[in-house]
Amino acid sequence: MTTFIGRKLLQLLPVLLGVSFVVFMMVRAIPGDPAQILLGQQATEERVAQLRVEMGLDQPLLVQYVLFLRDAAVGDLGDSIVTGQPVTAELLGRFPATLELTLTAMLFALAVGIPAGVIAAVKQYSLLDKITSVIALTGISMPIFWLALILAVIFNVNLGLLPFGGRVDVGVLSITGMVIPDSLMTLNFAGLWSGITHLAMPAIALGTIPMAVVTRMTRSSMLEVMNEDYIRTAYAKGVLPLRVVFRHALRNAMLPTVTVIGLQFGILMGGAVITETIFSWNGIGNIALDSIYRRDYAMIQGVVLYGTVFFMLINLAVDILYAVLDPRVRY
Amino acid sequence: MADTTLAGGGAPAGTGAEPAVETRGRFGDFRRAFLGNKLAVFGLSVMVFFALVALFAPVLAPYDPIRDQDLAGKFAGPSAAHLLGQDELGRDILSRLIYGVRISLTAGLAAVSIATVVGAAVGLAAGYAGRWVDAVLMRLMDVILAFPSILLAIVIVTILGRGLTNALLAVGIVYIPQMARVVRSAVISVREREYVEAERALGAGHAQIVSSAILPNSMAPLIVQATLTLAVAVLDIAALSFLGLGATAPTPEWGAMLTSAFRSGFGVFVQGQHAILFPGLVIALSVVSVNFVGDGLRDAFDPRRKR
Repeated sequence: MTTFIGRKLLQLLPVLLGVSFVVFMMVRAIPGDPAQILLGQQATEERVAQLRVEMGLDQPLLVQYVLFLRDAAVGDLGDSIVTGQPVTAELLGRFPATLELTLTAMLFALAVGIPAGVIAAVKQYSLLDKITSVIALTGISMPIFWLALILAVIFNVNLGLLPFGGRVDVGVLSITGMVIPDSLMTLNFAGLWSGITHLAMPAIALGTIPMAVVTRMTRSSMLEVMNEDYIRTAYAKGVLPLRVVFRHALRNAMLPTVTVIGLQFGILMGGAVITETIFSWNGIGNIALDSIYRRDYAMIQGVVLYGTVFFMLINLAVDILYAVLDPRVRY
Repeated sequence: MADTTLAGGGAPAGTGAEPAVETRGRFGDFRRAFLGNKLAVFGLSVMVFFALVALFAPVLAPYDPIRDQDLAGKFAGPSAAHLLGQDELGRDILSRLIYGVRISLTAGLAAVSIATVVGAAVGLAAGYAGRWVDAVLMRLMDVILAFPSILLAIVIVTILGRGLTNALLAVGIVYIPQMARVVRSAVISVREREYVEAERALGAGHAQIVSSAILPNSMAPLIVQATLTLAVAVLDIAALSFLGLGATAPTPEWGAMLTSAFRSGFGVFVQGQHAILFPGLVIALSVVSVNFVGDGLRDAFDPRRKR
């Protein structure tokens, strides 16, 4: 197992190097001189030239890339051009908000998608199966920015049930930076309720596409597994049908589902930019869009680099989980 | 007479018939499988309908999508004069949606064409040449795939500048690796077949082998992937426009319509709910239809995949 993880980590290195190079080159390709932007238009030419030397911008590109790698390796991605704060600190401060949102969205996707997929597969060709399939196909076609607005219209404006915008209305002591765990730990039930109601709409909007994908995947792999000999054997020797479905079939059918969960995190991170913007959620997705509007290149670079590394690590975790579930993969 | 009865009711038609009949039979199977799929037929009908709407937009749209403003009719609900109501500048939403079909579907098709042409070229080169060409090209694709797709599209738009053309370029680039992978694996699976060997033995050059043996046999997965990519491309371009990175203000692009309604203030949520509802409904309908068609094509091309 250790060698398996080690090998997977080694395989990540060239991709990581490629990704960092692409991000580095892309941010350099954005029109505009960072030194000039940092100092403003009225700065003297000497001052701009001096800052260019300080920032290493007078060096050849390859040297600049090596310097960038050296700093990035210790988490130094420069300072935000807008706020002057270190990019890493700013992003770390916003990370819990995005993590709470994406994890809840994923939880919603799994809690709805897996049972729906199992029911559709067990009752194949039934009306329930057809309805589930149509809902799943509609779900993967859903413009989530629209879904978010429609949810807001229904649950905030028309029914007045859920708050629209922000993460919490009452004070919650920050321990992890995530509202729900923090309010649970401090037994702050007003905070817990406020956190849940604020989280509901963005998490559902963000989780709908993964929910649909998980439903489809679970259904098709359940169908495949249910035709296996050992399932027939299990039925034949008199195992209770529910037990066959959940213990014998679902466990094996989960393998492809686990794989798509990793890929769905990439979609969740893209979706977070949209959802956080609509619901004024103070996370990384929100600052990503802001920094594009403000041309804060250091911040964009940080968001993309950390986002991609996070995505790669999630996929690594999925690979490892897969190997745990299916020992054949290790060889 | 007896013969016909036997052929019709007994052994499956087409067995032991000449090759010409067999090819027609295979296409017949494909058509029957596709047309037997109700969702696919529904999707195809909607796509044809949208294509016609795009073609005849100037005839169908009751108002000018940009110039016919009526500030007194801001967020006026559906009425006989404005079937789907009016938007934040009092423009006719139906007319804007009709012109929007042109923009959104053309942009989606353009993005898919970029992804398909470049992706197919990369996949062909990698799969056919193999060795280091394959290794280099596919590692490059891995790097692009390592990025979360919308994040990558956002960065590309930032470099190229905002606007619809750049947004569709970005979305096209993002989906190149998927196309390349599909084509590459199709090429690899046919590369060593006997009929390719036969062509090579007959003295055919690389160009001829690729165009006459490899490309046609990689077509089915490519078409399926291109259709499914069209669905996500339409969605992603609308999302970029919604974020203010794609089509801009007066353009009647569906995502841009939603964002300008949303950004006009909280009033839209109270009086202008129809201005939110209809553009999104049209996006969802078009994407769902394309997905239905893509799914239907995949099932029809591959008889083993039963629904």
